Amino acid sequence: MSKRIDVKDLNVYYSKFLAVEDVNISIEARSVTAFIGPSGCGKSTFLRTLNRMHEVIPGARVEGEVLLDGDDLYDPAVDPVTVRGQVGMVFQRPNPFPTMSIRDNVLAGVKLNNKRISRSDADALVEKSLRGANLWNEVKDRLGRPGSGLSGGQQQRLCIARAIAVSPQVILMDEPCSALDPISTLAIEDLINELKADYTVVIVTHNMQQAARVSDKTAFFNIAGTGKPGKLIEYADTTTIFNKPVQKSTEDYVSGRFG
Amino acid sequence: MSSALLKTRRSQLTKGRLPGYAIWVVLGAAVVLAAAVSALIGFDVVVWALIAAVFFVVGATLVTAAAEGSRKAADSLMTYLVYGSFVIALLPLLSVIWTVLERGLPGLSYDFFFTSMNGVTGATDNASAENGTPVLGGAYHAIVGTLQITLWASLVSVPIGLLAAVYLVEYGRGGALDRAITFFVDVMTGIPSIVAGLFAAALFALLFGPGTRTGFVASVALSVLMIPVVVRSTEEMLKIVPNELREASYALGVRKWRTIVKVVVPTAISGIASGVTLAIARVVGETAPILVTAGFASSINLNVFGGWMSTLPTFIYYQILTPTSPTNIDASTQRAWAAALILIIMVMLLNVVARLVAKIFAPRTSR
Repeated sequence: MSKRIDVKDLNVYYSKFLAVEDVNISIEARSVTAFIGPSGCGKSTFLRTLNRMHEVIPGARVEGEVLLDGDDLYDPAVDPVTVRGQVGMVFQRPNPFPTMSIRDNVLAGVKLNNKRISRSDADALVEKSLRGANLWNEVKDRLGRPGSGLSGGQQQRLCIARAIAVSPQVILMDEPCSALDPISTLAIEDLINELKADYTVVIVTHNMQQAARVSDKTAFFNIAGTGKPGKLIEYADTTTIFNKPVQKSTEDYVSGRFG
Repeated sequence: MSSALLKTRRSQLTKGRLPGYAIWVVLGAAVVLAAAVSALIGFDVVVWALIAAVFFVVGATLVTAAAEGSRKAADSLMTYLVYGSFVIALLPLLSVIWTVLERGLPGLSYDFFFTSMNGVTGATDNASAENGTPVLGGAYHAIVGTLQITLWASLVSVPIGLLAAVYLVEYGRGGALDRAITFFVDVMTGIPSIVAGLFAAALFALLFGPGTRTGFVASVALSVLMIPVVVRSTEEMLKIVPNELREASYALGVRKWRTIVKVVVPTAISGIASGVTLAIARVVGETAPILVTAGFASSINLNVFGGWMSTLPTFIYYQILTPTSPTNIDASTQRAWAAALILIIMVMLLNVVARLVAKIFAPRTSR
């Protein structure tokens, strides 16, 4: 249950401003792909086009194709809600629903959509998702407590549990560890390695060691200057990107000589 | 030996600081001096307190300036002014509560709560004044009228206000319509309440013929006043719901309307509920729009859709303006104050309810 993503000639706009230009990329199923690059180069913007979260912002639109196992996400007949059911997302800052308990947060995808689920199925789903997010042992005795009472790292893993509870094909992570301490970061990175067995994972990160540790392939995005569109500079196996990149700017960036 | 020495020596760190008792010395001197001055110009407690306050502020500032320097003096001057302003702001409120309690309590009785003014005439009041028997007549009809009219006003304005706010925050994109709504909501917040009353009266005169006066017409008039308040407070509450929560919900494949109903509104519900309660508290005391829309009744009318009705404010208004017995107005005055006390208690209860509601619905963050 995981799908590949092929992006063809994608331009991403905020109203008239071209934010990301002409991206062509193929993301394999059951792999971890990392997007790296300087701030403002459009990695997050591009990531959000992969589950049609980009268009939530007023005036935002895209041109081009994003194929999920061959089906174009941006076909006019496609309902963005269907897309988001298949392509889940974890955000930079942990954002559990403050009105809900830990259990209800995990079940949010089911409950908010008013799908009927028996109590035993719900219990099983909660345990499976929390185990999948390596959080079960820490919270199993307080599932009824508010999700916002957990620590930052636990909240982020709760958000991952929430995302995998709706059994998506792809999980997008937008700098999931940037607000976390090294131990929580390690927990999430271990988790990403496990998720790879079942899901296609795409992760945006500012931490190049993290990209090197968790990803199979790495895409380097860069921007020519302020007001210019971001571009995909180089996309290859992670070892290639970090050891012998083809492009000069990639080498400058991964070796820290950039800017 | 050395520790005893340390105790007698003043700390280098507190050098140039006034000792703690200095302020009390200044206060005592100010009170005594003020007593002397006010005795010269004719003694009065209020004048004495005012002069003492002025002396104290001036004296304490000067003493601080001399001992501790100008920065400290400015600091203490501003502190006294801030505390003083607080006391001055609080005085009218305490005075109102005290007056209403003092004059309203004697009129409160079981009969006042559960009888109306039906059949109470000038002769009744004259008789009770001559014989020294308790004042007859009550505000039951006005209490019921207030509750019913306010309830219907809330039933009309809360859904409209809530949905308008949801439109403005969740669907509006800053276009001409949004700006128009926001502008007119702001204008409506400021319209005089009598205008709202005239509007409702004219509207129902147009629909059901001239002279249509029922409790419901008053409810419509009050909702004209309530809607902008509900829209405003709800809008502010919805705006502060973090966008991250909406995005988290969308990213789970939840539709926009479900996100609003199940994530955004529940997150903001405590603020919305207390905003609505405060809006109710604001209109419950309106007098003018009730007079032109619901008329005035002295007997019990439980039907908001037919017949004239009274509310507590109009009850007070009529008791004061046209006392039931022109020769013995004390009975009417007592009834008016008792009704005022009930009205204040109602508003206070609403405020308490608003706080409780906010507390009950507030997102749980306890660890």
